[in-house]
Amino acid sequence: MKSTKVRMLTKQTILFMALGFATQLSWAIDAQGFQKQYSDEAKQTASSARGEKFFTSKHGKEWSCATCHNAPPTSDGKHASTDKTIAPLAPAFNAKRFTDEAKVNKWFKRNCNDVLARECTAIEKADVMAYLINLKK
Amino acid sequence: MKKIISICLLALASSAVLADGNMLPLKIPEKVNSECASCHMLYAPAFLPKESWGRIMGTLDKHYGTDASLDPQSVKEVSQWLFQYAGTYKRVNGAPPNDRMTESEWFIRKHRKVSELTWKHPKVKSKSNCMACHTTADKGQYDDDYVRVPK
Repeated sequence: MKSTKVRMLTKQTILFMALGFATQLSWAIDAQGFQKQYSDEAKQTASSARGEKFFTSKHGKEWSCATCHNAPPTSDGKHASTDKTIAPLAPAFNAKRFTDEAKVNKWFKRNCNDVLARECTAIEKADVMAYLINLKK
Repeated sequence: MKKIISICLLALASSAVLADGNMLPLKIPEKVNSECASCHMLYAPAFLPKESWGRIMGTLDKHYGTDASLDPQSVKEVSQWLFQYAGTYKRVNGAPPNDRMTESEWFIRKHRKVSELTWKHPKVKSKSNCMACHTTADKGQYDDDYVRVPK
C-alpha cells in the first residue's frame, strides 16, 4: 500500500518537474534566438557588417545607437541626456542581455524611435543582432 | 495619553514633510526602480504634484526628448505609486511650467545662489542632474551636508 503511494508521488513529481522544465524551455531566449526570429520574419539572412554600419550611423536624428552604447558596445555606455551608465550591450560582455523578450521589445521600440523616428524593420534588428553576437572577448 | 501620542505622531509626520533629507518613500516597488531608474536617478514623487505626474505618465512616448513608452500595466503600477506619494505640501502648490521640477518656484529659490558657471559645468550639464552636487540624491537624501559642488 505504502509503496504504491510512494510510486504515485514519485510519478507526480517527475511529471511536475518535466512540466516545469518544458515551460522554462519555452521561455528561455538568447541573442541567437532573437536573430533567428527577426531574420525569419524578414525572410532574409542577417549581416553583421550591415548591422555594424546601421549601429554606428545616424539616421536623420541627433543620435546613433553607438551614441549611448559605444562602438563597439562592449563596455559601459552613457545615456546621452542623463549621463547614467548603461551596461554593455554585446551578449558576450553582459550575460543578462537578450534574455527577456518583453525587455528587448520595449527597448527596440523606444530606441529605434529615438534614433530613426520610426520602428526598426525585422532585417535591421536581425543585422544588429548578428553584429552584437559577432563581438567576442 | 492618546493626545500625547497623536501630538508625537503629528510632529513626526510634519518633520518628515519639512526636512530636506529622505525625500523618497520607504517602499519603492521593483517596477518603479526598473522602469524609472534605468535611465535616470529616481526622482522623489513629492517633487511634483499629482497633476504633473499624470501628464508625464500619459506622454511617456515623448519624455523630455526620448521615447520612454511603457506597457499599460506598468504605466498603471508606476502611476499608482507616484500619485500616492506626489507632492501635496505647501511647496508643491501647483504644476510647475512644463511639469519640470527644475522650473518649480521652490527649486529656483533653493538654487538661487548657484552660479551659471556651475550649471554649465560638464559634470552638471542639466538642472535635472541632482547627483552632480547632491551626492546622495538617489537615496532621497538632499540635505546640505551631502552637497559637493564640482569645481
